[in-house]
Amino acid sequence: MMLKFVLTLILLSPLFGAVAAGLFGRRIGRRGAHTVTIFGVAISTILSAYVFWLFVFQGHAVYNDSLYTWMVSDGLRFEIGFLIDSLSATMMLVVTFVSLMVHIYTIGYMAHDEDYSPDNPYYQRFFSYISLFTFSMLSLVMANNFLQLFFGWEAVGLVSYLLIGFYMKRESAIQANLKAFLVNRVGDFGFILGIAVVVVYFNTLDYQEFFDGLNAHVGTTMSFFPGMEWSVITVLCLLLFIGAMGKSAQMPLHVWLPESMEGPTPISALIHAATMVTAGIFMVARLSPAFELSAVALSTVLLVGAITAFMMGILGIVQNDIKRVVAYSTLSQLGYMVAALGASAYAVGMFHVLTHAFFKALLFLAAGSVIIAMHHIQDIRQMGGMKKHMPITYWSMLIGALALIGFPGFSGFFSKDSVLLAVGQTDAYGAGLAEILLLIGVFVTAFYTFRMIFLVFHGEESDYVKSHRIVESPKVVTVPLILLAIPAVFMGLPMVGSILSGEYFADAITVLPQNDVLTGIYNDYFDSAIGMALHGFVTAPVILALSGVFLAWLLYIQKPDLPGKLQAMCPRGHNMLVNGYGFDRFNEVVFVQGARRLGDFFWRAIDVKMIDTGLVKNTFTSVASAAAALKQGQTGFLYHYAFVMIFGLLAMLVWVLW
Amino acid sequence: MVFGLPILSTLIWLPILAGALIVFGGRDRPAFAKWFALLTSVVTFLVSLPLWFQFDTTTAAMQFVEKSPWIDQFNIHYHLGVDGLSMPLVLLTTFTQVLVIASAWDVIRERVEQYMGAFMIMQGMMIGVFTALDSILFYVFWEALLIPMFLIIGKWGGKDRVYATLKFFLYTFFGSVFMLVGFLYMYFQSGSFAILDFHIMPLGELAQILIFLAFLIAFAVKIPMVPVHTWLPDAHVQAPTAGSVVLAAIMLKMGGYGFVRFSLPITPDASMMLDWLVIALSLIAIFYIGLVAMMQKDMKKLVAYSSISHMGFVTLGMFLVYGIVANSGDAQGAALGMQGAMVQMISHGFISGAMFLMIGVLYDRMQTREISAYGGVVNTMPWFGFFAVLFAMANAGLPGTSGFVGEFMVILASFKANVWYGVVAASTLVIGAAYTLWMVKRVFFGPVANDQVGSLADLNRREFAIMATLAVAVIVLGVYPAPLIEVMDVSVANLLIQATTSKL
Repeated sequence: MMLKFVLTLILLSPLFGAVAAGLFGRRIGRRGAHTVTIFGVAISTILSAYVFWLFVFQGHAVYNDSLYTWMVSDGLRFEIGFLIDSLSATMMLVVTFVSLMVHIYTIGYMAHDEDYSPDNPYYQRFFSYISLFTFSMLSLVMANNFLQLFFGWEAVGLVSYLLIGFYMKRESAIQANLKAFLVNRVGDFGFILGIAVVVVYFNTLDYQEFFDGLNAHVGTTMSFFPGMEWSVITVLCLLLFIGAMGKSAQMPLHVWLPESMEGPTPISALIHAATMVTAGIFMVARLSPAFELSAVALSTVLLVGAITAFMMGILGIVQNDIKRVVAYSTLSQLGYMVAALGASAYAVGMFHVLTHAFFKALLFLAAGSVIIAMHHIQDIRQMGGMKKHMPITYWSMLIGALALIGFPGFSGFFSKDSVLLAVGQTDAYGAGLAEILLLIGVFVTAFYTFRMIFLVFHGEESDYVKSHRIVESPKVVTVPLILLAIPAVFMGLPMVGSILSGEYFADAITVLPQNDVLTGIYNDYFDSAIGMALHGFVTAPVILALSGVFLAWLLYIQKPDLPGKLQAMCPRGHNMLVNGYGFDRFNEVVFVQGARRLGDFFWRAIDVKMIDTGLVKNTFTSVASAAAALKQGQTGFLYHYAFVMIFGLLAMLVWVLW
Repeated sequence: MVFGLPILSTLIWLPILAGALIVFGGRDRPAFAKWFALLTSVVTFLVSLPLWFQFDTTTAAMQFVEKSPWIDQFNIHYHLGVDGLSMPLVLLTTFTQVLVIASAWDVIRERVEQYMGAFMIMQGMMIGVFTALDSILFYVFWEALLIPMFLIIGKWGGKDRVYATLKFFLYTFFGSVFMLVGFLYMYFQSGSFAILDFHIMPLGELAQILIFLAFLIAFAVKIPMVPVHTWLPDAHVQAPTAGSVVLAAIMLKMGGYGFVRFSLPITPDASMMLDWLVIALSLIAIFYIGLVAMMQKDMKKLVAYSSISHMGFVTLGMFLVYGIVANSGDAQGAALGMQGAMVQMISHGFISGAMFLMIGVLYDRMQTREISAYGGVVNTMPWFGFFAVLFAMANAGLPGTSGFVGEFMVILASFKANVWYGVVAASTLVIGAAYTLWMVKRVFFGPVANDQVGSLADLNRREFAIMATLAVAVIVLGVYPAPLIEVMDVSVANLLIQATTSKL
């Protein structure tokens, strides 16, 4: 009872803040808005920490209870409720903590925003959105059923739509948010059909009942095309994974994420690093009992993840907008997480989600700090030599970068190395290819990350840096950086042991013995976390990462004119990368214009020409001419007829009833 | 009973009498006309509330029944009653009416008394349609309704109103004649005009098919379904705001109501044989009309097409039962689709009403509905922008709003009937979002498009109150639909038994 109250409070206090700041923003003012939202999220964070302690350290039994019944139809119960175990407790803490940091940081970031005007409550609106986002994300991770999962899923989509389009006077921003919403909806199209499969075959929306029913349906098949029978579990996993591909930006549904950088920086950190994009990974981990039963689904997941990790990493090399570099690195890292899921190493995938949440939020907020210092210029070619002007930002960004490339000892090393080990061990179809792609990806990641670090902070000061006063950001910005840097460095070390042994997520994640790669890794390779870090220096991933850093140093510090020459040597390849392999162009031509043409054809050719003119008008004109003749005698009197009719009716009634 | 008067009769005749009083007593006294109309609609709404609170959710039998002989020699009765299928629609009507009257407050300046009177009379008749249990009484209300709507569009409409009204009138009149023939046939067979007698009378296969098709024409025009839908966009574009609201929020529902009150229970075998026809037309509506909606340049046309697409879910959900039985051997899941269809009707009442009211708010200020005339409205009308995004998201079926509930239920049930029904129905997730949010983007977001937009004033108190009321309705139904499902649960179960029990 007590726990239920605590959980409800965790869920609802950000919503309260969002409503207060959103609807009464003008009345409570800027200070009121950030106070009430930060207060709400702070309550959530503190209570989430308590719940985390309870479930992860105290080993509290899994909590599964409904809050209220949304509706009951046809014996199917639609509920709103909580499933709390180590998985959701961990996600809750990450979501609320990162969100709290972002709230605080926003005070500084938004203070001197370009859209500022005293009577425009955009500041309040922004706080309202990020609190609403926290609420949506919490309802997603705390859900104990598919209905609530879908609710949270769509709600984060809504808030991301609002946030990406936050600068709503900017054409590029409102284009990007529409695109983000629609691409996510394509994923949701698969997702909702996946839920439909669950309802049709399992007759429940509740996770636990669904899991309990899985064994009975191992051999069940369904048919989309006559004569082709597919396993129900495979179909539902693949359909649900389409949803995950939308939210977690896997190819080919990744196209919305780079453009989502149109939103203000704190959002990029919150949504596109720490939380929203990990929803898909969380969902697959949550549904591990189902994915375990489908080798086809697992291999698909593995390959989609590995291909995304590799191809999106390559694109990171040619980006010049500081936020886009970080954005492509997010896409690539999401691929690593998804690949881990495909290798049945759900715990490792989640581990990378956790470490990534902190170091990527750190990188985004540090990039934002650079953007503040550069007066909202985001092009890294205009930066350079900023290290001495903003030391806190520099060091925190460097920590984030080292974690991202997997430098031994940093949090990202433990998670990424575990991903690579797991993919190396699995027997899933396509594992060999996946491993190669992921290893090359490590090199690429290190290269583009340090290309950014070198171009921004090292080398000679650019003209802009020389001619403007570049100063370190205020405390509301740097304190969150420092607070995020701590877990970015240290959180891997204490966790890796229990992740690999399977102990950490034991109550939440199911792995079949024949798919289990982690136990082998833990028994055969793992002695201690420190040992793992030291051993890391002589393994391929770290060597590849260090060579990536070295190449970046060579090209951007030692021989800064070399990149331009290389680019001139193969302009076509460079163009292809700048255009992101042409996905946007393809979507624009085939889907956007295709749908418009089709709609136009339906409307003009069928609706107007065929039905209206052809079918109706020809019959109609004859009637109309007759009506026109009649009208002569009637105009103006129609009204009387109406009343004659009604009162006739009335009179008849009275007469009858009397 | 309220003050000793039977509730349903009061709900029908109070607005009609008030309307008559307004028309005859309100000439040159617009303030009286407005206030009296508002007062009566509020009273009517209050009178309708006991229907909800005193409703017995454990029975599928008719409640609040009133019955007295009307025309004895033909065995026609003045027979009223509601069950779980019609009661929510009655409440939707009384609820919407208050907003409709309020929406016209400052906008209509000519012949105010006739305008208000027409709406009041129309309300009484709409309630009559939803409560009549005698087919002739039903038919009288059904047809009489055309007159005030005809006048509203014809007198206060746009410049092509004559074309639109004639098209509207002829379409619907054409449709309902077939229905009347069906009633007469059944009367000659059974000696009764009572709808509940129709439900239990045996009918041969051919007779059922002919009656089913007669009903289908009448209801398909009203809902409307493809290909008899083209009157709706024209009628909407020409109608004044309040007329569009009533048309979309309530009058379209009569077609859906017709299917559950007449087609399914009276001609179950024909419904089973021809369910593919209705389902095919519904799926076409969802996909094809969705794409057509996307290309519209006039906001009202866009929302009109969007209505047709959303009503596709209603007809789809209602006719899934046979596919589900054929596919899985029992009717488990059919109630999900049927209830989804009913919820979709209520929800669409709120959302389409809100959308048309929003367009009205813009039209009152700028005298145009062309999307291209707008841009960046949210900069000058922030509150309005808030509501616009909320209702747009509801229209796109976002969970947490009422628009999600019915669509979700129907998609789940349709997948059970046939996976491809589910796939086509689920396409609305993308298409519905595309046409709605693309319009929002072009009208509301972006820089201020021109000086006119730059000088727009945000919602006044009256408009704000209307929008806020609908917003609350949309969210409450989206967050807690259980009570509505509970009200219709037993009636839907009973309907499904009727629909699956052969009459041959």
